[in-house]
Amino acid sequence: MAIVAEPLPAPASTRQQSGTMRWVRRHKTIVVGLVILAALFIVAVAAPWLAGDPLQFEPTNRLKKPSGEFWFGTDQFGRDVYSRVVHGARISLIVGLCVAALATFLGLVIGVLCGYYRRIDGIVMRFMDGMMSIPAILLAIALITLMKASLFIVIVAITIPEIPRVVRLVRSVVLSVRARPFIDAAIASGTRNSVIMIRHILPNTAAPLIVQATYVCASAILTEAGLSFLGAGTPPEIPSWGNVISLGRTFFQIAPWIIFFPGLCLAITVLAINLVGDGLRDMLDPRIARRM
Amino acid sequence: MSAPGTPSPSADVVLEVKDLKKHFPIRKGLFSSVVGHVQAVDGVSFSIRRGEALCLVGESGCGKSTVARTIARLEEPTAGSIVLNGTDISALGEGEIRPYRRQMQMIFQDPYSSLNPRLTAGEIVSEPLTNFGLAMGSDLQARVASLFERVGLRADAMAKYPHEFSGGQRQRLGIARALAVSPQLILADEPLSALDVSVQAQVLNLLIDLQDELQLGYLFVSHDLAVVEHIGHRIAVMYLGRIVEIADNASLFDTPLHPYTEALLAAAPVPEVQRTKRERIILTGDVPSPSAPPSGCRFHTRCPYVRPECSRIDPPLVEVAPGHHVACLLRPGPSAGHAAP
Repeated sequence: MAIVAEPLPAPASTRQQSGTMRWVRRHKTIVVGLVILAALFIVAVAAPWLAGDPLQFEPTNRLKKPSGEFWFGTDQFGRDVYSRVVHGARISLIVGLCVAALATFLGLVIGVLCGYYRRIDGIVMRFMDGMMSIPAILLAIALITLMKASLFIVIVAITIPEIPRVVRLVRSVVLSVRARPFIDAAIASGTRNSVIMIRHILPNTAAPLIVQATYVCASAILTEAGLSFLGAGTPPEIPSWGNVISLGRTFFQIAPWIIFFPGLCLAITVLAINLVGDGLRDMLDPRIARRM
Repeated sequence: MSAPGTPSPSADVVLEVKDLKKHFPIRKGLFSSVVGHVQAVDGVSFSIRRGEALCLVGESGCGKSTVARTIARLEEPTAGSIVLNGTDISALGEGEIRPYRRQMQMIFQDPYSSLNPRLTAGEIVSEPLTNFGLAMGSDLQARVASLFERVGLRADAMAKYPHEFSGGQRQRLGIARALAVSPQLILADEPLSALDVSVQAQVLNLLIDLQDELQLGYLFVSHDLAVVEHIGHRIAVMYLGRIVEIADNASLFDTPLHPYTEALLAAAPVPEVQRTKRERIILTGDVPSPSAPPSGCRFHTRCPYVRPECSRIDPPLVEVAPGHHVACLLRPGPSAGHAAP
């Protein structure tokens, strides 16, 4: 009998090019979050030009209220809170981005290997459970007492407890992808394990991983602020939102602006990152997106 | 005696499976201790020659797909040998098996989930070729294009993604992928059951044409007797992990010897009026659990002709007519004559 080829579907009719405005309207949360983050990023990069020296002591200007001269007021040493908050944005962003990148990368590698090679899975996952039980703050305090306080140590200390969260997520995605028949098909057609992992499994982990990375980033910024507040974070000579709040704590009844402005920035930043994360999750997860 | 189902030992045997077993452990409890085994495949033997289609039929859960998956080494065989073109591949390690995959390829049941949705059709079909370093660059493109045309797809569909194809077209992609490395054996695991009836015939005819043209050996797993009758040169009927009857197409459909085969054939709707209507045999009860198969003949719990000795004696697969093997105590060898039911 002759082969009857099924007619191929007609080329997709010229789909209406959805304009930028339509995308913006559909993904408001992402846009709002990204705008805030972009502004923050510019401020952090341009800090030296936007604000004066954050370390300059001017005892004559101690505990000044916010005014035209000192937008966010001054602290107990007469330092400009505005300048310190602007420079503090750098620390928050560096910590957030570095921790998100490091934890995501390491978590991805470990998670894919665990999900694919079931033999190592049991051992590695128990080790991850152990790591998960270490509180970031205590680990950071321990590391900083062992070594000199520095931004690098802070990043390492925050990254370590974040890795297992990413590993768990990636592993669960890999397990579900691995069970799909196209992986069997790839094995049966002689595809090497490394190619299967990179070509068939890795792209499927991207969407949940990007979303998780935003949450890791937000949580890292908060943890860094918490560490600095406790005096275990960035060294005092580097202004960060956490240590600005920490120093202002003793004077907050007479000079609430010292903790108000860095606290506000912290809240807005974390909110913006979470907005982007939620928006991305809705955009990348087709099951939720369909409902919109 | 030659291996069951082998009409004549011949050099052009592509695949010879002997006493293949696949038992899945059942794990329970805190330390996932093994509390039993699901005997999905329990001692299956057959062989396939070049250009021959052997069909495996049976109801759901009888282990027919597991046979195909175990031969493809997607499952580790528990016991038995799988001889592919003279080499026993049953004990080869994961890396050692890879070169032999060029000789056998698999077509999967679900054309939707067996294609990676993130790769284009061209990438999917070219993957086996790049895996074995068979083609590169423009040569690769040309070979993929000719494969597309061979299975009845337009070569310009290479840039499309799987979701842009219909079910039948996707299964054609699956067939093109299987053909890419010019295998001698195709393991087809219910390749039609996820397709519309109208498309089934087209894909079935494509498979038959390809077999004639390329002299492929097929292990065709199916539960659809009409399809099996159309494509199968020989047919093996499976029940609870074992082959109960294996014969060439005509003998099996005209003179089924195992009570289970009779029941299976009687259950299938017959579209042709001329064919004498079979006496209906309605089986009662469910298939026993493959983790605790019945003693003796595995079919005795449902067999309409059951005798007392059936629960004690496990009948071996015996050749009762040339090329016709059956495992039933009611069917002694050809010399002893037939005990008509």
